[in-house]
Amino acid sequence: MNKMARVKKEKKTPWQRFCAWVNGDAQEKSLLPAEPPKLKKKKAVKPQQKKAAAPKKEWMGLTRFDHIYRVCAVFIGVVIVTVLMITVVQLPLFGSPDNPADNEVVERYVEDGLKETGAVNMVAGMILDYRAFDTFGESSVLFLAVTCVTMLLMRDRNNTDKDEDLLTAREHIVEGHEEDIILIQIAKLIIPCVLVYGIYVVLNGHLSPGGGFSGGTIMGSALILFAVSFGMIRMSRFFSYSTFRKITSSALMVYAASKAYSFFTGANHLESHIPLGTPGAILSSGLILVLDICVGIVVACTMYGFYALFTKGEL
Amino acid sequence: MISGIVTPLLKNGKWAYRLSLFACSAGLVLSGVLLGRIGPRNESFSFMMGHFPAPWGNELSVGPLEAVLATAICFVMLLALLGGRRDIFEDVLPEKQKLYFIMMDEILAALLALTYTNDIFTAYVFIEISTIAACAIVMAKDSSATMVATMRYLIMSLLGSGLVLLGIVLLYCITGHLLFPNLQQRVLELVATGQYAMPLTVVVGLIVMGLGIKSAMFPFHLWLPPAHGSATTASSSVLSGLVVKGYIILMIRLFYKVFTIEVIRSLRITNMVFLFGLAGMIVGSVGAIKEEHIKRMLAYSSVAQLGYVFMGIGLGTDVGIMAACFQILVHACTKPMLFGCASALSAGRHHNKKLYALRGAAYENKLAGVGFTVGALSMIGIPLFGGFAAKVFFASATMAQPVKMWMTLLTLALSTVLNALYYIPAVTALWSKPAEGEAGEKQPADPTFAVSTVLFILAVFFLGICYQPVVTLIQNGLALL
Repeated sequence: MNKMARVKKEKKTPWQRFCAWVNGDAQEKSLLPAEPPKLKKKKAVKPQQKKAAAPKKEWMGLTRFDHIYRVCAVFIGVVIVTVLMITVVQLPLFGSPDNPADNEVVERYVEDGLKETGAVNMVAGMILDYRAFDTFGESSVLFLAVTCVTMLLMRDRNNTDKDEDLLTAREHIVEGHEEDIILIQIAKLIIPCVLVYGIYVVLNGHLSPGGGFSGGTIMGSALILFAVSFGMIRMSRFFSYSTFRKITSSALMVYAASKAYSFFTGANHLESHIPLGTPGAILSSGLILVLDICVGIVVACTMYGFYALFTKGEL
Repeated sequence: MISGIVTPLLKNGKWAYRLSLFACSAGLVLSGVLLGRIGPRNESFSFMMGHFPAPWGNELSVGPLEAVLATAICFVMLLALLGGRRDIFEDVLPEKQKLYFIMMDEILAALLALTYTNDIFTAYVFIEISTIAACAIVMAKDSSATMVATMRYLIMSLLGSGLVLLGIVLLYCITGHLLFPNLQQRVLELVATGQYAMPLTVVVGLIVMGLGIKSAMFPFHLWLPPAHGSATTASSSVLSGLVVKGYIILMIRLFYKVFTIEVIRSLRITNMVFLFGLAGMIVGSVGAIKEEHIKRMLAYSSVAQLGYVFMGIGLGTDVGIMAACFQILVHACTKPMLFGCASALSAGRHHNKKLYALRGAAYENKLAGVGFTVGALSMIGIPLFGGFAAKVFFASATMAQPVKMWMTLLTLALSTVLNALYYIPAVTALWSKPAEGEAGEKQPADPTFAVSTVLFILAVFFLGICYQPVVTLIQNGLALL
């Protein structure tokens, strides 16, 4: 019987289905994939949910407009999507030579980039030398993000209770005794490689594709792998919250200091005394290498910081 | 000189309150010096960030308008931190206080950068920073109400950033520049040739909508009252006094330096902003009348006051935008003071912020009572207070456009009455004799709060009486944009 009903339901015309979707019925279908025996139960559950949600909506004074709101939301969404689609169609074609984006700005980046920044990797030259101020902003965003998460998830007297403390204590004990040999052996093998690769990507940021952001992510994943396989206790022996804080902020400070030097000299039209070196050598391209390392450290710490905070609520 | 101003932007990983105060004061002194230097000479210049000239490297640009706004930002930030000191140390957990100050520093840096930037992408990066940091300072007071408020704020705010980013991407597609002057040149060419007319309109729409959401323009104002009402005092002050203004300042600068005001007017965007502003004035005031929680009432009043600003921008004339800038200054000085006084008053009543619980509270903390009264009178627009000057400017700005004039004057009158309708009862309640058993204990004197309130009161009177030099500066600044 139920099956029949379901089949019937599926035989709706596309328009009806669309109407149902607009009115919010489809949500129910997609969220709970139709399982015949549960169909009745679902209906029984639904009013309850509505009741639970009802006081909230009434408080907002929205109960009556609930239906209209959904339709409106879809309508506005469709309108905006259409407008944007039409706009995109009118935009210049990707890659055509007479695009407005191909102007003297890009020309100088491409043609004089090597000479002026000493970086073989054009992207690195651009983000860390021409537009270093923006990149500084971006790495501050990462730093901010991890600070926010710390603020939110760090264990404190407001968001932890005794049970959780007990649970963590037990986990620590379990961690101390049980060691997964396969995991640890493989991790021992992999982690150095990953770390070295990450450092390579960071250091070669000005020579080959890569740089602080991508290399930092790789190093961060090595840290996470270490934490997973050897447990948080061993991790915290060399990477506690205070080291984390010191490393990140000193990296940002170094970045700020080196950029302040270049902003200051640049603005007052003074000569910069940092040699650009021979393009292609590892010690070349002035400050880019230093900046890349700083960005790499910040990104790696951010990656690990997110992992640690979301799993344990501590570093 | 300028590099000194930029250095506070770059500082990071500062761990304490004093350092924040130091950064604010440094910013204040430096912006003051800057203002003194370029104000009288009436000139603007740009500052290269790095070794490469503008279209290739980053650039900041400074004129009298930017200098005035930056000085005001540092001033208000400093006083808000001073005034909210006790509440910060009470509301935020000790181990998280330093994180809180990092956020404050970042907000200051982002706001200054938004004011100075001459590059649309740099602007976006700093919009991001201020978004995250603003959410964090709401979140810092770890209660369930702030969590809900933060979620709301975060979602709305990210939606706004997303729209702005889309707008910037499309703009880059059709112009190929990110720097303001080059963009302006290309936009004017596009308008002249009629190329990409539709994408240009969409771009302007997206950017205005995005910045509007983030600065609580009327239909998108719903996130503001919970966020500002539930956060700790200094957060509320900074959010309502400065953060929402940062986006409006950016919007004004974009209107002038990128799209040019004529183009904006011909696209009829100003009319939309004008209508939203009018609606915001009314809706905000009505919301405030219904509210019993004093901080939420102030937050709704912010919506109304922001409505004034948008109305001024919507007039689309130099005078209108000048009035809007002046209103930004007045509101930035008044609202933090109101928030600070409100929480100082409620401190004696076990932090109960319902209006009826505050009856007679002004007798326990006279200074806070006076501060609140001054702020309220300024918001209503009594002569000699800052709010009056702002309203006069709005009224005189409309004279050139008959239709808008009637609408503006009527709404101004209506909203003044509405403002009076909720501020006067609040003030009366504060100064009426408390009933038996209602009187709270006297609070120990808080010198930093006293300093900040006195300075705020002076600022409000200064803007209300000696507004002429400020106005001249703003006018010169707008002419140079």
